[in-house]
Amino acid sequence: MAVLQAKLDAAEARLAALDVAHAGWSAAARKDAATRLRAMGLPVKRDEYWRYTDPTSLTVAAPVTAALFDAGDEAPLFNGIDRVRLVFVDGVFDPTQSDDPTTAGVELLSASTADIHWAQGLYGVLEARGQTPVARPLAALNTAAATEGVLIRVTGKADKPINLIYLHKSEHSDAILHHVVKLEEGAELTLLENGPGAARFNKVLEVDVADGARFHHIRAQGRDHERRAATHIFARLGAKSLFKSFTLTANGVLTRNEAVLELTGDDAVAHVAGAAVGDGNFHHDDTVFVTHAAERCESRQVFKKVLKNGAVGVFQGKILVKPGAQKTDGYQISQSLLLDEDSQFLAKPELEIYADDVKCSHGSTSGAIDETALYYLRSRGVPLRQAQSLLVLAFLAEAISEIEDEAIAEDIRARLEGWLARHDR
Amino acid sequence: MLEIKNLHVKLEEDDKVILKGVDLTVEAGKVHAIMGPNGSGKSTLSYVLSGRDGYEVTDGSATLDGEELLDMEPEERAAAGLFLAFQYPVEIPGVGNMTFLRTAVNAQRKARGEEEMSAGEFLKVVREKAKQLKIDAEMMKRPVNVGFSGGEKKRNEILQMAMLEPKMCILDETDSGLDVDAMKLVADGVNALRDEGRAFLVITHYQRLLDHIKPDVVHIMADGRIVKTGGPELALEVEHNGYAGILAEVL
Repeated sequence: MAVLQAKLDAAEARLAALDVAHAGWSAAARKDAATRLRAMGLPVKRDEYWRYTDPTSLTVAAPVTAALFDAGDEAPLFNGIDRVRLVFVDGVFDPTQSDDPTTAGVELLSASTADIHWAQGLYGVLEARGQTPVARPLAALNTAAATEGVLIRVTGKADKPINLIYLHKSEHSDAILHHVVKLEEGAELTLLENGPGAARFNKVLEVDVADGARFHHIRAQGRDHERRAATHIFARLGAKSLFKSFTLTANGVLTRNEAVLELTGDDAVAHVAGAAVGDGNFHHDDTVFVTHAAERCESRQVFKKVLKNGAVGVFQGKILVKPGAQKTDGYQISQSLLLDEDSQFLAKPELEIYADDVKCSHGSTSGAIDETALYYLRSRGVPLRQAQSLLVLAFLAEAISEIEDEAIAEDIRARLEGWLARHDR
Repeated sequence: MLEIKNLHVKLEEDDKVILKGVDLTVEAGKVHAIMGPNGSGKSTLSYVLSGRDGYEVTDGSATLDGEELLDMEPEERAAAGLFLAFQYPVEIPGVGNMTFLRTAVNAQRKARGEEEMSAGEFLKVVREKAKQLKIDAEMMKRPVNVGFSGGEKKRNEILQMAMLEPKMCILDETDSGLDVDAMKLVADGVNALRDEGRAFLVITHYQRLLDHIKPDVVHIMADGRIVKTGGPELALEVEHNGYAGILAEVL
C-alpha cells in the first residue's frame, strides 16, 4: 500500500507543478486523463513494465538538467528533403523558424480553443485505449498537461513530408507535447521528427490510420547526452492500411519509447523499428505492444541496439492476437551488438495468442562484433575503425531498411556514420 | 618479392607449434605452389602472412619487397600489396558486395596516397572484370558472400583480387569445392592477372589446379617446414605417388 500511495502522491505532485487548466474542446479529455493518472499514479521501478528502467527522473516534479549538444558543422537532418518545417524550441512553437503550418493543413494545439473540433474523437482517446492491459501513466500525464502539439488531418496524399523539429536551447527545459494525426480513407503522409526537444521531453503521438491510408514516420531523437525522454505512439489501423515507424536514437541518458499499435481492420500492416546507439551513460528502452484484432494483418517489430562502455538497452515487445484474428502474421526481432563486456541488453519478448490459425515468430540475441568478418575486411585493406563501422551499420541495416524512402534512409545512415566517427574508441 | 626466413609460429592460446622454420622466396613474375598433406601448416602460413589473430610468431621474418609484413596490421599488408584469396570466404550480412569492393579499393588507394576512384569509374571497371568471371549484377548487389554457392564465393575472391591489383597473391585452396568448369573459370581469372610485376603463391592439396595455373616452382610442405622444392614435375610426382613416398625420402 505504501508503494501505491507513493505513486499516487507523485502523480498529485507532478500535476500540481503543471498547468492543466485549458479552455475549449480538449478540456474534457484533459480532465479525464488527469483522473486516469490520479487513479493509477506515476510509475515506479517496482512496476512490472518498469523493472528494467528507473522512471524516477521522468516522474519527479522538479525539472531536470541537460547540457546542450554541439553538432559542430554537421548538416541538420533531413536538410536535403523538400518538407514543411515546424520548429519547437524547448517545447514552444517558434513561427519565425517555421514554415506556415496552415499551408500544410496543420493546426497548433495551443491555438486550437474552439468548443468543437475533429481531434476531439482522438485526443486522449487512443491514449486511453492504450492504458489496458498495461498502464502508461506518463502518457495520461501528457494528455492532461500538454502545452503544445500539432493537429494534422490528411485527406489525400500529402504534397510533402511534415517535419517536426525539436530544438533544445535551455538546459532546464521540461516540455510536454501532444500530437494528433488523422489520416482519412486512402490518405498518405510522411511525418519526420528530429531533435532532443528539451532537457526532459514527454511526447505523445496519436495516429488514426483509416482504411487504405498510409502513414510513414521517421524520427531521430536528439543527441544531447543528458537529455531524458518518454515518448508514446498510439496508433489505430483500419482495413488495408499501412503504418511504418522508424526511430533512431543516438545518445541520451534515458529514453523510453513506447509504441501501442492496434490493428482493427482486416489486412492492415504495421511495422515499428528502431536503431539505437549508445556509449557510456545511455539507457534506452523500447516498449512495444501490438494488438491484432482483425484478420490477415501483418506486424513487424525490428529493434537493434549498439551498446558500449556500459550502455544499457531494454526491449519489451508484445504481440497480442485476439480471438478471431486469423491469418495473423506477427514478427518480432530484438538484437543487440555489445561492443564490450560492460554493456547490457535486457529483452522481454511476449506473445499472447487467442486465435488458432496464425504465424508469429520472435527472436532476441546479444552478440559481439564478428571477428572473422572484421579480419576479412581488414585483409582487403579496410582500416580497423572503418571496418568496425561497416559491420555496425550492417548490424543495423535490417532496422534501417524499414524506411521506404531511400533519401531519408541515407540521411539516417549518414547520421549514424557521424556518431560512429565520434565514438570510435 | 616475398621472402620468408626461418618462420616459427605457434597458436596463441596453447603451446601447439605449427610452423617450424619455413624458408621460402617467391620472385616477381613467378608462380609458386605449395602442396602438402592435411595439417602440414599450409593454411596457417597464409593466415600468418595476412595478419590473422590467434597466432604467435616466435621466430623468423616475412618481408614483401624488403618491408617486414609481420609488424604490420592486416590492412597495412593489403595496402603494401599482399592479397589472400580465402579457402572459406567470409559471409558479411548487411554489407553489399559492391559497397565492400569499393570501400576496399578506395581504402587501399588512400593508404598509398593515391586518388580515390570515382563511383562512375569504379562501376565501369568492376562491371568489366565481373563479366569475365561470369559474376552478374545481382550477385554484386547481394551482401558479401551471403547465399553464394561455393563456386560463386571463389569467383568473388578472384574478382576482389582483380580489382585490388595486389603484387603478391596467395591462393589458399582456391580449388576446394569447385567443379571442373568453375575451376577453369577461376584459373582463367588468375592467369589473366599474371604479369612480370606480380607473384603468386598457390596453396593446394591436388595437382589438378596446377594443370590450369601452371607453376614455375613447387614446394612440398610437411610438419611445418618446406621439405622439398622442385619444378612442375614435383606436383605430378605427388599426383602419382601421394605424399608418403616423398615424405619418407626427406624426413
